[in-house]
Amino acid sequence: MIAEIGAFATALTLALCLAQGALGLAASTRDSRMSALVAVSQAGAALSLLGFACLTWLFVVSDFSVAVVAANSHVDKPMVYKIAGTWGNHEGSMLMWCLVSAVFGAILASARGGQDAKLWSRAVGVQGFVTAGAIIYTLFLSNPFARLDPAPMQGSGLNPLLQDPALAAHPPMLYLGYVGLSIPFSLAIAALIEGRADQAWAKALRPWTLAAWTFLTIGIGLGSYWAYYELGWGGWWFWDPVENASFMPWLIAAALVHSAIVTERRGSLAGWTILLAIMGFGLALLGTFLVRSGVLTSVHAFAIDPRRGIAVLVLMFIALGVGFGLYAARAQKLAQPSGFAAVSRESMLVWNNYGLAVAAAVVLIGTLYPLLVEAAGGGLISVGPPFFNMTVVPLMGAVLLLLPLAPLLTWRIGDMRAAFTRLAPAAALAIATLIGALILSQWRVMPAIGLALGAWLIAGGLTYIWVRYRRGEGAGWAKFAALPLAVWSMSAAHIGAGVLTLGAIAETAFRMERAVILSPNESVEFADRRITLLEVGNVEGPNYSAARANFRVEQAGVVRPLSAERRFYPTSDMPTSEVGILPSMTGDLYIALGEAVREQPGAWSVRLYKNPLVQLIFWGMILMSLGGALSLWSLARRRGRNP
Amino acid sequence: MSWIALLAAAAAPAVLGDPTQEARARALDQEIRCVQCENEPIAQSTADIAQDMRRLVRERIADGDSDAEIRAYFRERYGDFVLFRPPFDERTLILWLAPALLAAAGLAAVWAQRRRNQADLTPEEGER
Repeated sequence: MIAEIGAFATALTLALCLAQGALGLAASTRDSRMSALVAVSQAGAALSLLGFACLTWLFVVSDFSVAVVAANSHVDKPMVYKIAGTWGNHEGSMLMWCLVSAVFGAILASARGGQDAKLWSRAVGVQGFVTAGAIIYTLFLSNPFARLDPAPMQGSGLNPLLQDPALAAHPPMLYLGYVGLSIPFSLAIAALIEGRADQAWAKALRPWTLAAWTFLTIGIGLGSYWAYYELGWGGWWFWDPVENASFMPWLIAAALVHSAIVTERRGSLAGWTILLAIMGFGLALLGTFLVRSGVLTSVHAFAIDPRRGIAVLVLMFIALGVGFGLYAARAQKLAQPSGFAAVSRESMLVWNNYGLAVAAAVVLIGTLYPLLVEAAGGGLISVGPPFFNMTVVPLMGAVLLLLPLAPLLTWRIGDMRAAFTRLAPAAALAIATLIGALILSQWRVMPAIGLALGAWLIAGGLTYIWVRYRRGEGAGWAKFAALPLAVWSMSAAHIGAGVLTLGAIAETAFRMERAVILSPNESVEFADRRITLLEVGNVEGPNYSAARANFRVEQAGVVRPLSAERRFYPTSDMPTSEVGILPSMTGDLYIALGEAVREQPGAWSVRLYKNPLVQLIFWGMILMSLGGALSLWSLARRRGRNP
Repeated sequence: MSWIALLAAAAAPAVLGDPTQEARARALDQEIRCVQCENEPIAQSTADIAQDMRRLVRERIADGDSDAEIRAYFRERYGDFVLFRPPFDERTLILWLAPALLAAAGLAAVWAQRRRNQADLTPEEGER
C-alpha cells in the first residue's frame, strides 16, 4: 500500500511539474497566475517529499515485496544504513534527484526577491520541465516502487564497501550539487528567452551556484576521504571516470561562482555566465549518465542497463540542445554595459574562468576518449592518472598562481604594482618555501613548486584579510569583527585551496611506502617507528569474517596499538580491507593488511605507508566548503538587509 | 585460477629484497591496470589476479628488465588497456594534442573578446 501511495504521489508530482512548466513559461504577470505558479510548485515539492518518504519507510520496515528494497537491503543491517539504502541504489537515487529538483524549484518560486516577474516565471517554468523530465525517467525506466512477486524472505544486502558513514552521506551531497546546478540552468534559459541578463538576474543566480559548488565540494571531499581510509592503498584521488564525472561540474561551478560575481557587480560577462550555467548542468547530467549507465565500468558503476543510459543521454541532449540553440540565437542581444582593462579584477576572473573551463574540457576529453576509441574500432585503451597529472595539474597550478592577485585588484582598472607590493611578503614566503623544499627534497623541482604554490595561496589569503583589516574602521579586535562576512568567506575558500594544495603535493610526492612480510612478533623499522606484528586472528563480523592483525607501534618510547583487517564477505568474491591509521598533523601512519603468504605459513604481507600532511587535503576541502557556506550566509544577510 | 599461474606466481617473491628495485616495482604497480577489477591499478586491487600481476612485475625486475621492457611485456600480454598511460599513436593523437589546442582556443576567445570588454574605456585606460 505504501509503495502504491509513493508511486501515486510521484505521478501526481509529475502532473504538477508539467503544470508548473506550462504556467511558468506562459509568464503571465497577473497576480492570480503568479500565485498559482508558486502554489503549484510548492504542492509539487510536498508531494515529491511524500513519495520519497514512502520509499524511505519501505526501507525502514524492510518491505521485501518491493524490488529495490529486496535487492539492496537486509533485516540485519543497522538502521542508519537501511535509511541510507534509500538512495544507495539506482532507483532510489533517481527519486532523490526528483525530490531535490522539485524542492529547489519550489524555493526558486517562493523567493522571487527583486527579480523581473517574467524572467522569474520562466525560470520556474523551465525548472518544472527539468523536474518533469527526471520524474518521467524515474517512473518509466527505473521505478523504485515496483513490486516483486513472490516477495523474498530476506533481502540481498548492500555492497559491503558502501556500508560506511562517509559513503552514506556522499550521494545526497553530490545530488544536491548536481541538481543545484539545474537552477542556474533554468535561470539561464529564462534569461535567453527574455533576451536579458541583468544584475538582478545575476544576483538571483549567485546563491544557487554557490550552494551547488559547496555541496559538490563536500560530496567530493567525502568520496575522497572514503577512498583514503577504505580502499586500502593510501590514495585519495585516482582520476577514475566516476570521480571525473563529479570533478567536471565542480570545475564549471567554480568558474560560474566567479563569473556570476562579475555579472552581478559590473553587469559584464553575462553571455559567458549563461553559457557556463548551461554547461554546468549539462555536465551534471553527463555525470549522472556516466555513473548510472554503467558505460564506464568502474567500482562505482553498479547499475547496468543500456536503456537507462540512453534515456539520460536523450534528456541531456534536449537540455543542451535547447540551451545552446537559444544561446546561439540570443547571446548577441545581451548587453555589455561596462568594460574593464587588461589589469582589473574582472580580467583576473576571466583568466580564472579560462583555466577552470579548459581544465574541465581536458578532463572531459580524457574521460570520454577511451569510449570514443572503442566506438571507432580502435580497441581498448586506458586514460589514467599519468595523462591527467601531466595536463590538468599544471593548468590548475597556473590558475592558483594568479589567484592571490585578483582580490587585491579593483574593479574596472586595477593597479598591478600596488597588488605586487602588498603581496611581497607572501611572495617571499613562497620563494623561501621553494628553496627550502628544493634542498630538503634533494632538488625535486615539481613537488617543490607545488609546495611553494600552497604557501603562496595561504599567505596571499592572509594578506587580503590584513589589507582589509588595515582599511577597516575602529581599533584592535573590533576591526576584525567589523570586517564584512564576504571577506572571511572568500579568504576561507582561497586559503582552503592552498591548504589542499600543500596536502595533495606532500602526499603525492613524499609518501613513503613499504611492503613487508611479517610473521607474528617480527618487527620492522619504518618512518622512525618500530612496528611489530603481534598476532593475526580470525574475527567474525555480523555479515563477514575477517583476519585481524594487531600491531604495536613504538615511536620515541611511546607505544600505541593499531590493527588492520582483511574482510571476506560471503556475498562478494573480493576481500575488502579495513586499514589501521594513526593520524597526526605531520602525517598519517597507515597500515593495510595484505595476503597470507603462501610459501611461508603464519606470515602476512603488510603494506606500510607514511602519508605526510595528508590530513591537510581534507582540511582544505572543509575550509573551501566553509568558505562557500559563509558566502551563502553573507548573501542571505545582504538580501535580508536590502531585499 | 590455473595451477600453472599459481606455480608461476609462487616462484616470485611478494616483496623484493632490494629497496630500489621494490620502489620501481611499486611505481609500476600504480601504472598497470588490474585486468579483472575495472579501473584499479594493481597496486590497489585486492583481487588474486592483481596479486599475481604484482608478483610478475617483481619477477621481471629481478630478471633485470627495464621499466619500459616491463610495460611492453604487459602490453603485449594484455593489450593497451593494461597501461594507464595511453600510448602515443594515431588513435590517441587528438587526445594528446587536445590540451594544447583547447588552451590555444581559449586564449583566442579571450583575445577576441578584448575589444568588446574594453568598450567604454578611454584608449589610455585600455592600455593599462
